[in-house]
Amino acid sequence: MASTTKNWVTAVAAATWAGNAAAGNLNLQEPTTTIAAQIYSLHTYIMVVCVVIFVLVFGAMFYSIFKHRKSVGHKAAHFHENTTVEIIWTVIPFLILLGMAAPATKTILAMKDTSNADITIKAVGYQWKWGYEYVRGEGDLAGVSDGIQFYSNLSTTKDQIYDKSVKKSENYLLEVDNPLVVPVGKKVRILTTANDVIHAFWVPSFGVKQDAIPGFIRDTWFTAEQTGEFRGQCAELCGKEHGFMPIVVKVVTVDEFKAWAAKQAKDTGAPAAETAAAAPAPQAAPEKVAAAGGAADGKKTFEGACAACHMTGVAGAPKVGEKAAWAPRLAQGKDALYEHAIKGKGVMPPKGGNAALSDGEVKAAVDHMVSLSK
Amino acid sequence: MEAVHGHEHGHDHAHYPGGIMRWITTTNHKDIGTLYLWFSFAMFITGGLLALGIRAELFQPGMQVWRPEFFNQLTTMHGLIMVFGAIMPAFVGFANWQVPMMIGAPDMAFARMNNFSFWLLPPAALLLVVSFFVPGGATGAGWTLYAPLSVQQGMGMDMAIFAVHIMGASSIMGSINIITTILNMRAPGMTLMKMPLFVWTWLITAYLLIAVMPVLAGAVTMLLTDRHFDTHFFNAAGGGDPVLYQHVFWFFGHPEVYIMILPAFGIVSQVLPAFARKPLFGYSSMVYATASIAILSFIVWAHHMFTVGMPAAGQLFFMYATMLIAVPTGVKVFNWIATMWRGSMTFETPMLFSVGFLFVFTMGGFTGLILAITPVDIQLQDTYYVVAHFHYVLVAGSLFAIFSGIYFWLPKWTGHMYDETLGKWHFWLSIIFFNVTFFVMHFLGLAGMPRRVPDYAQQFADFNMIASIGAFGFGLTQLLFFYIVVKCIKGGEKAPAKPWEGADSLEWTLPSPAPYHSFETPPIVK
Repeated sequence: MASTTKNWVTAVAAATWAGNAAAGNLNLQEPTTTIAAQIYSLHTYIMVVCVVIFVLVFGAMFYSIFKHRKSVGHKAAHFHENTTVEIIWTVIPFLILLGMAAPATKTILAMKDTSNADITIKAVGYQWKWGYEYVRGEGDLAGVSDGIQFYSNLSTTKDQIYDKSVKKSENYLLEVDNPLVVPVGKKVRILTTANDVIHAFWVPSFGVKQDAIPGFIRDTWFTAEQTGEFRGQCAELCGKEHGFMPIVVKVVTVDEFKAWAAKQAKDTGAPAAETAAAAPAPQAAPEKVAAAGGAADGKKTFEGACAACHMTGVAGAPKVGEKAAWAPRLAQGKDALYEHAIKGKGVMPPKGGNAALSDGEVKAAVDHMVSLSK
Repeated sequence: MEAVHGHEHGHDHAHYPGGIMRWITTTNHKDIGTLYLWFSFAMFITGGLLALGIRAELFQPGMQVWRPEFFNQLTTMHGLIMVFGAIMPAFVGFANWQVPMMIGAPDMAFARMNNFSFWLLPPAALLLVVSFFVPGGATGAGWTLYAPLSVQQGMGMDMAIFAVHIMGASSIMGSINIITTILNMRAPGMTLMKMPLFVWTWLITAYLLIAVMPVLAGAVTMLLTDRHFDTHFFNAAGGGDPVLYQHVFWFFGHPEVYIMILPAFGIVSQVLPAFARKPLFGYSSMVYATASIAILSFIVWAHHMFTVGMPAAGQLFFMYATMLIAVPTGVKVFNWIATMWRGSMTFETPMLFSVGFLFVFTMGGFTGLILAITPVDIQLQDTYYVVAHFHYVLVAGSLFAIFSGIYFWLPKWTGHMYDETLGKWHFWLSIIFFNVTFFVMHFLGLAGMPRRVPDYAQQFADFNMIASIGAFGFGLTQLLFFYIVVKCIKGGEKAPAKPWEGADSLEWTLPSPAPYHSFETPPIVK
């Protein structure tokens, strides 16, 4: 037994070195965003502090175990109280904790700052797949991908899962038919919600995990710093296929992103025109927005921020087009509706939970909804 | 008490009905303690079999043994059965056996309620186990029973809800009994600050139970009405909020964590001084630390929910509060080591399990601290890292302390010494297989393997295989424990009244086995 244990310990120690150098699967995944990098170093820092304390404390314990035993003739002392040491070993850990809390606080505040996103994407959890909806781009991404919508299903075949004789693919269980495509170096704000039960949107190498809660919208963000494919999974138990709804994020250059978005728009708009994908897409999309003018802004905001509830009637929200539901509300006058939409009312969060919207945009969205519901 | 029992004093008047009726009608704290412990062992084996079912499926990537929905039932029921069926009743069993003997009382305060609070448990356990065989099977919503997933489940879910109700009622009755016994039935001279630490930790635990079991009952009742009576507590479409369930559940759930560990602290605080032949270091700071942990346990619940998306202020508050718990817990660990320091230690099985507890539980404490750091927790939430963490505190913590206590008090309970060699084997096999099973789970979690999945990507294959091998080893080792206990009950070397040189609490002044009624004349405590 002893030698087995020793071998095992040696194996683990060796694996730690080799693993850290090569596969890296003994530690957190290699971070690819600043937040993930902060999490990684926070973890390393606290881990080191813990190991030092562990070695000191259990060094003392094992010293005592070997020296202060009856079989080596040690006689028991009789001390059993010392207020000074009690105070010391209360205060010192407290100070160590302060040293941990400070950097952690900084990271929390950074993780929570979802403002000034370059692009906002809604991730909707379903039993058992993800749906992505490109809500809104800003700056040079304005209008590029708005309105693109698709589902993302596990692409590992059933026989790989259930049939032992079938070879498993390289990214077994971590591959999808339609990955989420985002531009590199842009701040991506992810809105999460769910259709049925709670899911969680998790991409380990981005340091992003956010529950997707039915009837509510939560947000998180990341800025991918390198192109490539990054894999995650649903992280909240959501029923029988919970283990089979992965997330794949494909990070591409801004130009590639624009081309991809144009192709998507064409595919959904005019499926026959696929050959035109090479056309200079970047100009096409902004034109669309410019042409549509002010009314479209209200529509756009509505689709991005309000539709989740007001198209579905979630949480008692009046559905667009249901005149009976809107009549008593319209009776209060438009100003009251503006105010409710901007400041929130009951379950409705201020600006539908999209603090980044301007008052004008919200009012335009209200106008749009009212125009459909009179 | 004295007046009622005075005429019977001086002989062991164990007149009870024979056969099964003795156990059904018993009002004796020792009989009830025995029932609790055997019940707990039966549940431990049941929950353990479910765990082996989990590990069998996870032995290799791919689905080999079960369907995914049944796998979810296994993880859910493993959690519910281990928490409510194995760990909690085991500690109540200890309280029943030990509290009256340690405070110099003849029995528990409410003897008939004691009987009732035990006999509620078997029907509850039956509900849980039978739910596997109803249409739709047992609930697969995870032991936390999060809404709305739990609202979707079949009738197995309702059976789990009723089981939780019944077990909650049992716990509350048990707690009232323990508190009343401790506050009213101590021997003359035993002030609160002279009570053995095990009694203190149970007093505090009992208050925690009374405070939070009704909260759990409330949470599952709301689930029940959401499921069947069209309420919308947890349904956004009806103005409810799924996250509300989590808040209510964890307001119970976090104190529950301490309910499962404080009595373990108590046991270890009895065992370490006995085998170090030296009084417990910092008795009063141990009491204050226990109380501080209990109080803090009410303001940290949302650290189980860092990923639901609460405001930054909420995340900061719950992170700071959670980190604070490390202070009193640290004080306890330091006091235990100071107790061992310059003692004259021997390492019989109870001591091995207590030292093993100290070593491995503290590793769970460190991973707890790492998980307290919100950004790191967000990365590790719902991964195998969390699974590793809570098994370090619940198996190496609570369960090892239970083993320690069993070996410590078996001579008092049975009148025989257990087999020391086999006991040591039990310890070494347990601690090695425990670490083989759970240590590698830290790596799995760090690398990104979510918990509660029936199948996994191939980079997780090696560690899962190691964990599964360890789990089967750990499971088989517990059969050895069963054999040791049965062997000790059936016979063995006659145990003296005080088999452990350094033990000094009141139960060791009674003969072994302890008489059916503990102290008919209260001892005087100086």
